[in-house]
Amino acid sequence: GPLSEQRLMDVRLGHLPMWLAICDFSPQGLLGGVQKAWSSYYNKYINVKRGGPAGISMLLAGYCLLSYGWNYQHISKISFLVSM
Amino acid sequence: MNLSFFDQFASPCLMGIPLILISTLFPSLLIPSRNNRWLTNRLSTLQSWFINLITKQLMIPLNKNGHKWALILTSLMTFLLLINLLGLLPYTFTPTTQLSMNMALAIPLWLATLLTGLRNQPSASLGHLLPEGTPTPLIPALILIETTSLLIRPLALGVRLTANLTAGHLLIQLIATATSTLLPIMPTISILTILILLLLTILEVAVAMIQAYVFVLLLSLYLQENI
Repeated sequence: GPLSEQRLMDVRLGHLPMWLAICDFSPQGLLGGVQKAWSSYYNKYINVKRGGPAGISMLLAGYCLLSYGWNYQHISKISFLVSM
Repeated sequence: MNLSFFDQFASPCLMGIPLILISTLFPSLLIPSRNNRWLTNRLSTLQSWFINLITKQLMIPLNKNGHKWALILTSLMTFLLLINLLGLLPYTFTPTTQLSMNMALAIPLWLATLLTGLRNQPSASLGHLLPEGTPTPLIPALILIETTSLLIRPLALGVRLTANLTAGHLLIQLIATATSTLLPIMPTISILTILILLLLTILEVAVAMIQAYVFVLLLSLYLQENI
């Protein structure tokens, strides 16, 4: 289909800058993008017939990594760990 | 060195976006919204069972009018439970360690129960200030005491949650620091400290769940008196 309707994984590498230019960066557009990303993750890993702890664990691990990134500046300055 | 242990409770900010915003909104991702299927996925089934259990437990002592509070009490319980438990993961931020957030939850809800009682049944609500069977000379003192205890309830609710969670996190950080500092010096003592840390973490998981439950239970008790 047309470039604006393709998802990120289907866009060819050469067309990537153009896709980024066409992309909708308004608040509604971003919110819609987040919604789409979340629902694809949810339907692929959590909303399955015989799900296990894996789907949620990946989400929680991602949350831990995000928190680490958010805290990095503060963590890097802890005095007794700086030398290590 | 002493004050740096409290730095974990400062709300970190990256590019102007505070982490507390993400930490408060993240639990909503873990609760899938209901879809129209008869047999949902395992996560939704577990959560439906759990929410039914909580709602039943909370609503049994309340009369019909009190059942209007089912939604807010159950959602408060789920919110606090998830936030407390998520705070035990490494590097995460727990919004309920901030007194401001807990008071923002406690004061309006307590005030709502109080005003409901004063509006619908004013004499019965005021009657709670004097327990039955008190000797007559004691009445003025007892009314003052009961009023104080009534007014201190929101403060107690907020501070209880804050203090329990903050103390737990602080203890975990202190013992973990001790463990990592002792490891090159005395490995056997370090192993002992690791055991203490394991037990403490189990305790903290229990405390996280119990504190959420106590908060909501007390609110429902205050509601029972007033509705």
